[in-house]
Amino acid sequence: MNFFTVFRKEMLEQVRTYRFLIVAAVLVIFGLTSPALAKFTPEMLKAIPGVPGNIQTLFPTPTVVDAVGQYVKNMVQFGVLLALLMTMGVVVQEKERGTAAFFLTRPVSRVTFLLAKYAAMAVAFIASILIAALGCWYYTYLLFEPLAWEPYLALNGLILIDFLVYMSLSLLCSTIARSNGIAVGLAFVSLIIVGGIGALPSIGDYFPGHLISWGASLVLKGNITAWPALWISLGVIFAALAAACLIFRRQEV
Amino acid sequence: MSSVHVEKMTKYYGAVHALDGLDLDVAAGTVYGFLGPNGAGKTTTLRILTGLARPTSGSAQVAGVDVLHAGNSLPPKIGHLPEEPAFYPWMNPVEFLDYLGQLYGLSASSRKSRTKELLELVRMEDVSKRRIGGFSRGMRQRLGVAAALIHHPEVLFLDEPASALDPAGRKEVLDLIENLRGQATVVMSTHILADVERVCDVVGIIARGKMVVQSRREELLERYAVPAFEVEADDRPALAKWGEDLKRLPWVTTVTSQNGTLRIIVKDVKIAKTALLAGAVVAGLVLNRYEEIRPSLEDVFLQLVGSESIS
Repeated sequence: MNFFTVFRKEMLEQVRTYRFLIVAAVLVIFGLTSPALAKFTPEMLKAIPGVPGNIQTLFPTPTVVDAVGQYVKNMVQFGVLLALLMTMGVVVQEKERGTAAFFLTRPVSRVTFLLAKYAAMAVAFIASILIAALGCWYYTYLLFEPLAWEPYLALNGLILIDFLVYMSLSLLCSTIARSNGIAVGLAFVSLIIVGGIGALPSIGDYFPGHLISWGASLVLKGNITAWPALWISLGVIFAALAAACLIFRRQEV
Repeated sequence: MSSVHVEKMTKYYGAVHALDGLDLDVAAGTVYGFLGPNGAGKTTTLRILTGLARPTSGSAQVAGVDVLHAGNSLPPKIGHLPEEPAFYPWMNPVEFLDYLGQLYGLSASSRKSRTKELLELVRMEDVSKRRIGGFSRGMRQRLGVAAALIHHPEVLFLDEPASALDPAGRKEVLDLIENLRGQATVVMSTHILADVERVCDVVGIIARGKMVVQSRREELLERYAVPAFEVEADDRPALAKWGEDLKRLPWVTTVTSQNGTLRIIVKDVKIAKTALLAGAVVAGLVLNRYEEIRPSLEDVFLQLVGSESIS
C-alpha cells in the first residue's frame, strides 16, 4: 500500500537532510583516493624529512593489488560504520518525534513504513558505491592498469551485500528500541557480534565479512569462494527485515 | 446510527488500568466532547480508536470498521489530530499536504485544490512555502487540523485541538469544528470546558478508565443543575438580614453570603421565582443583580469527578 509514494518521500528526505550527500561523499572520497594512496604512500613517506633514504626498499613497488586492497579496506571500514550510523535512527527517531504515530494513522502500512526506509537507504548506498567504484576503477586504470569489469562489479556487489546486512540489523535495532540511545547501543552490539565473530578463523568463513575476501579474490584472480557466507548474509538480511516488520506490526507507537 | 462504538474496553499497562471497561457511543454527525481528569484514559482511548494501540480486551467500531481487525480499511475513514502533531521539519506545508493527499489516493488536481483550500482555511497561505521546522506550536496545530481534514474523513479524532492556539486561532478552529457538524463525526478530547460548551452536542466524561456519564450537553446541564439564585445589593447589612430570614423558609435549602452577593439554593424553583423578588422588595433592598444560576459544564464536571485537575 502506497510503497512508492512513501519511498519517494524517503528519497527526498535523504536529499534534503543531506544523508545521501554524506554517504556519497564519504564513499566517493575513499573510492577516488584509494588507488592514489596505494600508489603514492611510499613516495610520501620518502618525502618526510628525517626518514632514511632506503625506506623505499621496505616497500615493494605498488601494484594493482595494493590499489584494490586499499579500496576494499577503506570502503568496508567506513561503509559499515556509515551503514550503521545512517540506519540506526530512522525508525526510533520517528517514534520519539511522534511522526510515526502521525503517519501510521494514514493509509501507510507498518511494513511499507519500514521497507520504504530500507529501500531508500539501499538506493543511496547503491548509487554511492557505483560512483565510488567508477572513480576507483578510473584512477586504478590511470595509475596502474585497467581492472576486468565483471569481477570488479562482483566485488562491489559483495561489498553492497555486506553493507545491506548491517543496514538490516541496524533497522531491526531501531525498530526494537524505544529510544535513540538504546538503538545506538544495540546497533554497535550487532557490529561487534557480526564483525567480531566474523574475524575468527574458520567460523568467519560463514559471516558477511568473508564476502569481501571473496570479492577481492575475484578481482585479483585468487581462489577464495564464499557461497555459504553469501547465502547466510542474504538470510540475515531477510530475517532481520522480517523480524523488524513483525515486531513493528505489534508495537504501540 | 453509531459512528464510534466502544464496549467494555480495557487497556492494562502492567498494574495500571488505563481503561477499565469503557463504554462509549457516538452518533453519526455529532460533535462529541471527551472530558476527563489527568490520566483518565482519554488519549489511550483515542490511540486505540485510531489503531495506534491495542486494547487488552473489549471491542471498538469506528465508521463501521472493527478497529481491532481493521487492517488498511480504517485510515481512509478517519482523520486524526494528535495533541502535539509532528511533521517532517524539512517539508513545507504544501509538500506536506500534497504528500498526505497522495497517501489517500487523491488525484494531482484534487490535491492542488484541496491543499489551497485547507491552507486558506487554517490561515497559512502566507507560510505555505516555509519549512515546517521553523513553525511555532500554534502553526503546527493549525497545519495538523488541515492534515486531519485533507481526505474529508467520516470520523475526526481531535486531541486537544485548540490548546496551543491564540484566541483568534482558537475561535477559527472551533468555528471549523462547528461547520463540520452533520458532515463528519467529531470526537474532541479537550481540557478547555468552554470549548466543549461552545461546540459539542454530546459530552462524555471519563474518570479512571470508565465512562462516568455520557449525555447530550443540554440534558447534562439540566440533570446536574443546582437550583440556585444569586442576588446582589449594595446594602450589605440589609442583605445579610434578609439572608437570615430566607434560611427559615421551607423552600430554601441553603443561603450563603459573599462580597455583597447572596447565593440561595432552593428546593422549589417555581416558588422561588415568585417569592424571592417580592421578598427583596419587602426587605427594602435595592438590587444590583438578580439571576437564576445556570450550571456550567465545569460545575457538572466537578460534581462528577471531584476536584481532580483536568487535562
